[in-house]
Amino acid sequence: MNNETLIPQIVTVADVRIDTPDVKTFRVLTPDGKKPFLHKPGQCAMLSVPGVGEAMFSITSSPTNTEYMEFSIKKCGCLTNWLHALEVGQQLTIRGPYGNGFPVDTELKGKDLLFIAGGIGLAPLRSVINYCRHYRDRYGSIDIVYGSRSKDDLVDYQEIISEWCGTEGVNVHLTIDREQEGWDGHVGFVPNYVKELNPDVSKTVLMCGPPIMIKFTLAGLKELGFKETQVYTTMELRMKCGVGKCGRCNIGNKYVCKDGPVFRFDQLDELPDEY
Amino acid sequence: MQEIMKKRASELLLDGTVSRVIGWKAGDFVYDITPAVFESAEEIEKDFVYTAFCGANLSKYLVKESKKPGKTLVFLKPCDSYSFAQLVKEHRVNRDSVYAVAVECRGKADVDKIRDCGVKGICGISEENGTLTVDTVYGDKTLPLSEVMLEKCASCKTRKHAVYDELLGEEGEEVADCDRFGKVRELESMTPEERYEFWRGELSRCIRCNACRNVCPACTCEKCVFDNDNSGIAQKAAADSFEENMFHIIRAFHVAGRCTDCGECTRVCPQKIPLHLLNRKFIKDINELYGDYQAGADPDTRPPLTDFRTTDAEPSIVYRRGEK
Amino acid sequence: MYRIPEQNLDRLFSLTAEKSKLYIPADTAAGTAQFMPWKEGLKLTDAHNTVRSAKDFFFPQTENLVGFRVEGKSIEVIDVREETEDFVVFGVRACDVRSFSILDKVFLADPVDTYYKNRREHGTILSLACNMPEETCFCGTFGIDCAAPGGDVQMWQTDGWFYLEPLTEKGNAYIDTVSSLLEECGGEAAAECRRAIDAVKKKLPLAGLTTEGFGGDKMAELFDSEKWGELAEACLGCGTCTFVCPTCQCYDIRDFNTGHGISRFRCWDSCMYSDFTKMSAGQPRLTQLERFRQRFMHKLVYFPANNDGEFGCVGCGRCLSKCPISMNIVKVMKNLTEGDQ
Repeated sequence: MNNETLIPQIVTVADVRIDTPDVKTFRVLTPDGKKPFLHKPGQCAMLSVPGVGEAMFSITSSPTNTEYMEFSIKKCGCLTNWLHALEVGQQLTIRGPYGNGFPVDTELKGKDLLFIAGGIGLAPLRSVINYCRHYRDRYGSIDIVYGSRSKDDLVDYQEIISEWCGTEGVNVHLTIDREQEGWDGHVGFVPNYVKELNPDVSKTVLMCGPPIMIKFTLAGLKELGFKETQVYTTMELRMKCGVGKCGRCNIGNKYVCKDGPVFRFDQLDELPDEY
Repeated sequence: MQEIMKKRASELLLDGTVSRVIGWKAGDFVYDITPAVFESAEEIEKDFVYTAFCGANLSKYLVKESKKPGKTLVFLKPCDSYSFAQLVKEHRVNRDSVYAVAVECRGKADVDKIRDCGVKGICGISEENGTLTVDTVYGDKTLPLSEVMLEKCASCKTRKHAVYDELLGEEGEEVADCDRFGKVRELESMTPEERYEFWRGELSRCIRCNACRNVCPACTCEKCVFDNDNSGIAQKAAADSFEENMFHIIRAFHVAGRCTDCGECTRVCPQKIPLHLLNRKFIKDINELYGDYQAGADPDTRPPLTDFRTTDAEPSIVYRRGEK
Repeated sequence: MYRIPEQNLDRLFSLTAEKSKLYIPADTAAGTAQFMPWKEGLKLTDAHNTVRSAKDFFFPQTENLVGFRVEGKSIEVIDVREETEDFVVFGVRACDVRSFSILDKVFLADPVDTYYKNRREHGTILSLACNMPEETCFCGTFGIDCAAPGGDVQMWQTDGWFYLEPLTEKGNAYIDTVSSLLEECGGEAAAECRRAIDAVKKKLPLAGLTTEGFGGDKMAELFDSEKWGELAEACLGCGTCTFVCPTCQCYDIRDFNTGHGISRFRCWDSCMYSDFTKMSAGQPRLTQLERFRQRFMHKLVYFPANNDGEFGCVGCGRCLSKCPISMNIVKVMKNLTEGDQ
């Protein structure tokens, strides 16, 4: 009987990692210790605490991880406050996967990739980055530009330093907004840093971050000669069903939960400016 | 009357006294009139109407419009003027940025009541000396306005305005034979079980569209408790029948002592729930407990429910539970 | 074609109700028409249509989706779904019949909404042609014929008889269950009734309203129209239009603590409400203008863009008669295309 998408399954929180003062990464497993379901990089899932609420989160772990699923979640509302307070062993409900994901097996194949992320915006990209690292030979060079307010706000800092930086053909460019003691890396906002780095216009861009970062970075990329058809982003709007029926996450006739959350900017251009 | 109003509104717009006019705009079928903001004499000339179907109370639009630069002219029927005065009293509307024009009213018609008389396919309606001539797809019908008035007009308490800057037409009188508490007395005389059944029946039709709340000039909270997820009682639909009752009862409590009995809640209810009866029960109780009080009648007196006096009656002593 | 005299209607209801649940449009104590479970003595309303649409039968205002038992850190999922009983709805108008096919496009599209599908499969729709459409009716604008209302069985009421024509297998099955009360007949009387209705349709004030200027290809120009401000100006932001609309299907999912566990329910929602798209992270539709525009863009542009040009409105006229400020889709359509050729 249970083929109803609105009925969730149970997962147990197996690990909680504190990433930054307001971001934690939750590792979840089914009660019998398995990964809840398969997904594509960039897809999302509905997590809920019954009685508190349900919301859509991007799956941060890579599909190539066969053991568990992870979500990096920023504390910003009722449900996320609750999640931040939970202890290991707590059960949650999950349903998904939802959305289209990044076209890793089609349009991105063989391309030089430029990832641009700001703050918690790394969460959906991390899944893709680790997928591309896993299938390293399917893609060209990988550049990652990642910025946040301070060193302490960089999500996944340990993984970035210990794993990403050491991968063949992967270049990581970190930046923080203001000078900080103990930081000898780049200082400055992401859009400016991207311009300074002057990436080759043959690259394909995957970008996620706060709207203001996206706006200025996109403008900067265009100045450098990038076309909107080369730039992908992933969107977030309020969702309830996750399957294009409850009617609230639309931009024009496209539903972010079903037709997105990944859009190319030329696709967004055809839609009303309401996001 | 309509022509006098149009002329005056245009004059005041043209001489710069006011920057905009809140009035009523013509629709497709005479009865489907929409409140509107007019900013030029041309717009007034084209679409402004004042007919037997201008039941809508325009005062609440002032909450938004009076914050705009310049003065806003608003046309107020007698009952609307009480809502306006109450909004000013509650500091929801800035009195100085409003130019209130009082207009006479002999009662407005309810198109649903016309339909209830078996009239279908209404294409046009004209009024002359209290008689409505309805032109329908299936032939003409005539009806006396007095028989198809809005509930709020059938039980009109006064045709005299509470406040205005300028009066157009003639000022009316208080309605001496108004018996607006008749139905409330009838409900009071029921047993609690009968009364419960009555309200369960009425409220069971509620679709929680919030039209009553959103139209209510006393409901001006920036964030209604029923829309506030943090309140713990935010609801869009009743999860059970208990909540269905609570929405209306909580709302009635919240507007008690501030409700001017403008009757908009009942007018807009798509399910014809007599919501005004809840408010009138409170008004009647307040009158009996604290002396006659009319919300919005004057700018100074403190509403009885926010004015404590040592001589105040204790409701539970006055009305012993279950007896009344 | 079959027929039954009007005076035997109660017997038809009675026999139908023996086999399955039966709903008919009848008057409430307040004189509003709504679909009610038939019981002895309940009479068909004289009102042209019900205040609430017939969508409730398949997409009720509130329904429990799933339950949870929460104990300490553990959660148990409780499936609360029940198989729907068979039911028959008598007297559905052509507009509402069409609305079901619009709802189907949403709820039966992959992934199927099993709650909806379950009800849909168990319902038999007996439609009734509109002898006296209201001035607010404009189903013709969307290619709907109120003289041939569709459904599982379509009916005409004329000259003291109800004429029944089954159109589907479910319709044939229904006719079988009540055949003892029906007599077979030719189609002349129904055809005559259709002609009479066709003549009335031409006289309706909204007969000339067309969908020209709307559709999936008009997204940018309609979205950017300067007229939305004026149209949305008086909107109260209530949900009346949404909730009486037969095709509005947006919903919210909420949790309710019953005291014995958590009940997750779905309820109708309205894009006219300020919190519809509000997130912790922001709000893409800040004012009533954007919310108002969404509702009409959805019906007139987005829905046809995704559904081979089919509009998300059936012209039932409920929003025309129920909007507290008398703003409605007809005024929106006329205003947006004013001055166009």
